[in-house]
Amino acid sequence: MPGLFRTRLFPYLARHRRRLAWGLAAIVVTNIVALSQPQVLRVAVDDLYHGVTAAKLGRSALLLFGIALVSGLFKFLMRREVVGVSRHIEYDLRNDLFGHLQKLPLEHFQHARTGEIMSRATNDLSAVRMMVGPGLMYLVNTVVVAVISLGFMIAISPRLTALSLLPLPLVTLTVWYFGDTIHRRFEDIQARFAGISARVQENLAGIRVVRAFAREDHEIDQFRVLNEDYARRNLDLIRVSGAFYPALAFLSGVAALLALYLGGREVMAGHITLGAFVAFTVYLGMLNWPVVALGWVVNLFQRGAASFARLVELLDEAPRIVSEPGSVSPARCAGALEFRRLTFRYPGADRDVLRDVSFEVPAGTTVAIVGGTGAGKSTVLALVPRLFDPPPGTVFLDGRDVRTLDLQWLRGHIGYVPQDAFLFSATVGENIGYGVEHAPADAILGAARIAHFEGDARTLPAGFDTLVGERGITLSGGQKQRVTIARAVLRDAPVLLLDDCLSSVDTQTEDAILHGLRGVMRERTTLIVSHRVSAVRDADQILVLDGGRIVERGTHDALVAARGRYARLAREQQLEQELEVP
Amino acid sequence: MSHDEELHGKAYDHRLMQRLLGYLRPYRGEVIAAIVIVIVDALVGLAGPYLTKQAIDHGIRNRNLPFLNQMAMVYVSVLLVGFGLGYLQYQIMQRVGQRIMLDLRLQLFTHLQRLPLAWFDRNPVGRVMTRVTNDVDVLNELFASGVVGVFGDVFALVGVIVAMAKLNFELLAVAFSVLPLIVIVTLVFRVKMRRSFRDIRTRLARLNSFLNENLGGMSTVQLLNRERRNHEEFRGINAGHRDANLDTVFYNAVFFPVMELIGAVALSLIVWYGGRQVMWEGITLGILVAFIQYTQRFFRPISDLSEKYGILQQAMASAERIFALLDTPADTALGGSREAESAFEGRVEFDHVWFAYEGEHWVLEDVSFSVAPGEKVAIVGATGSGKTTLISLLLRFYAPQRGEIRVDGRPLADWDVHELRNHIGVALQDVFLFSGTITSNLSLGDPSLTDEVLETAAREVHAHEFIAELPEGSRTVVLERGATLSAGQRQLLAFARALARNPGLLILDEATSSVDTHTELLIQDALRRLMEGRTSIVIAHRLSTIQHVDRIVVLHHGRVRETGTHGELLRLGGIYSRLYELQYLGQAGDSGSGRDSVGQNATINASS
Repeated sequence: MPGLFRTRLFPYLARHRRRLAWGLAAIVVTNIVALSQPQVLRVAVDDLYHGVTAAKLGRSALLLFGIALVSGLFKFLMRREVVGVSRHIEYDLRNDLFGHLQKLPLEHFQHARTGEIMSRATNDLSAVRMMVGPGLMYLVNTVVVAVISLGFMIAISPRLTALSLLPLPLVTLTVWYFGDTIHRRFEDIQARFAGISARVQENLAGIRVVRAFAREDHEIDQFRVLNEDYARRNLDLIRVSGAFYPALAFLSGVAALLALYLGGREVMAGHITLGAFVAFTVYLGMLNWPVVALGWVVNLFQRGAASFARLVELLDEAPRIVSEPGSVSPARCAGALEFRRLTFRYPGADRDVLRDVSFEVPAGTTVAIVGGTGAGKSTVLALVPRLFDPPPGTVFLDGRDVRTLDLQWLRGHIGYVPQDAFLFSATVGENIGYGVEHAPADAILGAARIAHFEGDARTLPAGFDTLVGERGITLSGGQKQRVTIARAVLRDAPVLLLDDCLSSVDTQTEDAILHGLRGVMRERTTLIVSHRVSAVRDADQILVLDGGRIVERGTHDALVAARGRYARLAREQQLEQELEVP
Repeated sequence: MSHDEELHGKAYDHRLMQRLLGYLRPYRGEVIAAIVIVIVDALVGLAGPYLTKQAIDHGIRNRNLPFLNQMAMVYVSVLLVGFGLGYLQYQIMQRVGQRIMLDLRLQLFTHLQRLPLAWFDRNPVGRVMTRVTNDVDVLNELFASGVVGVFGDVFALVGVIVAMAKLNFELLAVAFSVLPLIVIVTLVFRVKMRRSFRDIRTRLARLNSFLNENLGGMSTVQLLNRERRNHEEFRGINAGHRDANLDTVFYNAVFFPVMELIGAVALSLIVWYGGRQVMWEGITLGILVAFIQYTQRFFRPISDLSEKYGILQQAMASAERIFALLDTPADTALGGSREAESAFEGRVEFDHVWFAYEGEHWVLEDVSFSVAPGEKVAIVGATGSGKTTLISLLLRFYAPQRGEIRVDGRPLADWDVHELRNHIGVALQDVFLFSGTITSNLSLGDPSLTDEVLETAAREVHAHEFIAELPEGSRTVVLERGATLSAGQRQLLAFARALARNPGLLILDEATSSVDTHTELLIQDALRRLMEGRTSIVIAHRLSTIQHVDRIVVLHHGRVRETGTHGELLRLGGIYSRLYELQYLGQAGDSGSGRDSVGQNATINASS
């Protein structure tokens, strides 16, 4: 772990070394000043004991005030600098994390759950911040206070110092032990609370089913069980945490008592003056909080270290799909695609999804892929923009292996419409223009028209300026698909990949969209996946995939005439469509 | 941030508070005990400085060791008692807080189960969840520490003042002189912090939702080469979040030293003024030391109280929202009388039914039709013609504005809605699966549905085949919304769920989503088996389903336009046949076989 700190955390600290140095210096100054206060008290008390002038007393009072003022000023600097730096480090780390996540391949997001990554970017990050901010601050503070006040205390009476410090390690230990236990139980409780939230969420989402099957009482029972369990765990925690603060108060009380009792005896024995005794008790009081803080700091460092390790783990996740060294960005892109003896297996899978697939899509032509679920249709498309990496020498754009092309360039020349339309919480217009920089309004309108979305947009509350997503309205599945089609059209890329992107629209709309797209497709190389014959019949070439292999290829007419798989599919669907009642 | 997240104007509302305190009533014994304990604890806490004074003045200065020993013993006992009382009080009130949270959550959840569905159409899930989770948590803080803690703080404060006054009244006045400063600084700080916290919350929410969205749509971002721009945007949001936090860092950095400085002012004044008294007016050093200690204790309850004021403010806002939810009237359909059981026949009558979700936007206009026991009826019509609404009304999710719906001759309003729904088996278009096992999704927690019953039902609708192939069969856990199952499989599960209850009336809303041909055949066959010998209403999208029904009701723009068999309707030459022709002509070409089979089906239906 120290190694990890040195190599990975220190660079972040080093970026703010000036402020950090200021902050740490402020800690030393504020404590040196503050710890001179008992000395003033000591002189004042001894003076009082032996008789004093009003002027001398006034000077003592002024001195006390001055000390507080100066130490307060530096305390302000200490908090502002050190805690402030921790916020800057959190910011840097979060930016780096986000930048890194953007480089990770799709594969990573399919395996790790979004909630899991989110928790690293929030909870773990904030644990690290607590460590480098308050944790570091209180650690240094404790050390400085301890060294200085111990020095003064030993100067007053070594014996008294040794005796009165007896319960202090106990305080640190208590804080550390309780802190850890409380934290672990608390995490467990948080998890259960998440369970309750999930339950409510599900109940609300499925309210129609609950009502239709008259299962309300069952739902209430289940909810009660979860809540009772939650309350029970909370009470378990309370039993521990309830003892925490009273125990601390008790222990620090014992320390004060020891000083009073033992110090009193020392004064009586004439070993120390009354003033020294008062100063001593004040020093002890001043040590109290840093010692408490120490236990807390230990927890902060434990949690921070664990969290930092988790962050580093994520940051070390290799961005496997990147521009290879020596990759090229050709001046122009014609858009000819070629797949050469492509066999592909998903990372970690135990069987090939594509086997020995070879075909060409000459520039400006359309190739369609049909086949059953799991035949590998979408995989073929995903390999072109390297969402997953094809084996070297299998997928070519304009005769170059896609892996030798600059990744930005490659993706910049592809318009990809995925199976699951993904919209961002932005306006409809912004979503359409998401893939280009500063799309003019008329271009957005044009793309929407081609995707047959213009009419829908007009019925929205604010047209193209309507917000969608979390804070806006929800579009239907078909509308979302058309927005993503418009998005791809607007990119004006020479290669168009359509992955079953018309599944949520009815046949008439599909016809209209295909009609609109026809003009676009004429000028582009298009690879379209569908399981509707109506969407693929006009393609220059149709491939039928089954179990990862191409089992038939040809034009619609040729394949129908061949009376094979495709012909059967076409017949089935025609039948189905005739039977379908709108 | 939506407006309902913000604190409402009033910090204290008597009516709300009364109602809130009502939740304490079942636990009043505990509450009273806790109050007594907290007061005793506050008073015991005052003993420390006094004992110090005694020890200094009578023990140390008089070199009286036995007295010092005695004081030490008393001191230890006081500490122990304080520890015990503090622990006890905390335990009691946390327990009460937990119980009240449990009571409130269950009350809220139970109430949610009784609210009309129309209410859920208007209130997004996220907001309702906040009521049940966060808002209740806020109230917990009020109950667990606020209510009783206030007594403790007030008594500690009063006790300190009394103790100081008894020691030396003039010194008290001196110490008091800094009080206005404390109040002003604290209030300013609170206001600043609250504003700043609100700012942080908004920014954090924005940060998290941006992150969440980008994680969800990362491949889209990557494909569109948006990484750099999104990173810029993220950097901006992140910086906003950082700066909002730096504001609070600044306020904290100012507040704590300033408070300490005020404390130091008080201390300086006491040393200066008290010292003069020691010299000339004969107060003891012990009094001075005790006084200094009391002054330090004086500040804590004040800052505690101001913190509790914040808790109270938040609790009021949460209580207002929670009570608004609890005051939403429950579904009127839940009333219904329960008549003596007679065999359920499943006769359904829609009698001039009018319905609108909102105002006068009629979704159903003057709809009348009936379904005789044992009859199978299909409802067809274009998207938006009101088919699904029809089913929602029959299930009493909503009540019609005009007209009447009767089941077995009894108006729906007279039915106990649970009894009614128990007779009806439903498979809705959007199949909802709960996280749990396949079995629990089929039984929905009904203990009378044994594994055998469920398995038989699953077999009957061809769901058993794929269930058996799952890693743990019917014990396999279904993830969020059944994400691991295909649309077709979910449909079959919905059928099994409906069939397992052996309902007297079956309602099916056929899914439109395309599934592979094999599953399609299974679904068709399952449908046929489901409807066999059962009163059924099915919203049909496929002619193959329509083949099996006795009658077709054509819904168009919320009105029943045609009724009859497939053959009759085709001969009628109305909407149904037009819709049908359109489809048919669109596909004219090389579809000879299709035409034949349709012709055949039409004849079969016409003759039946």
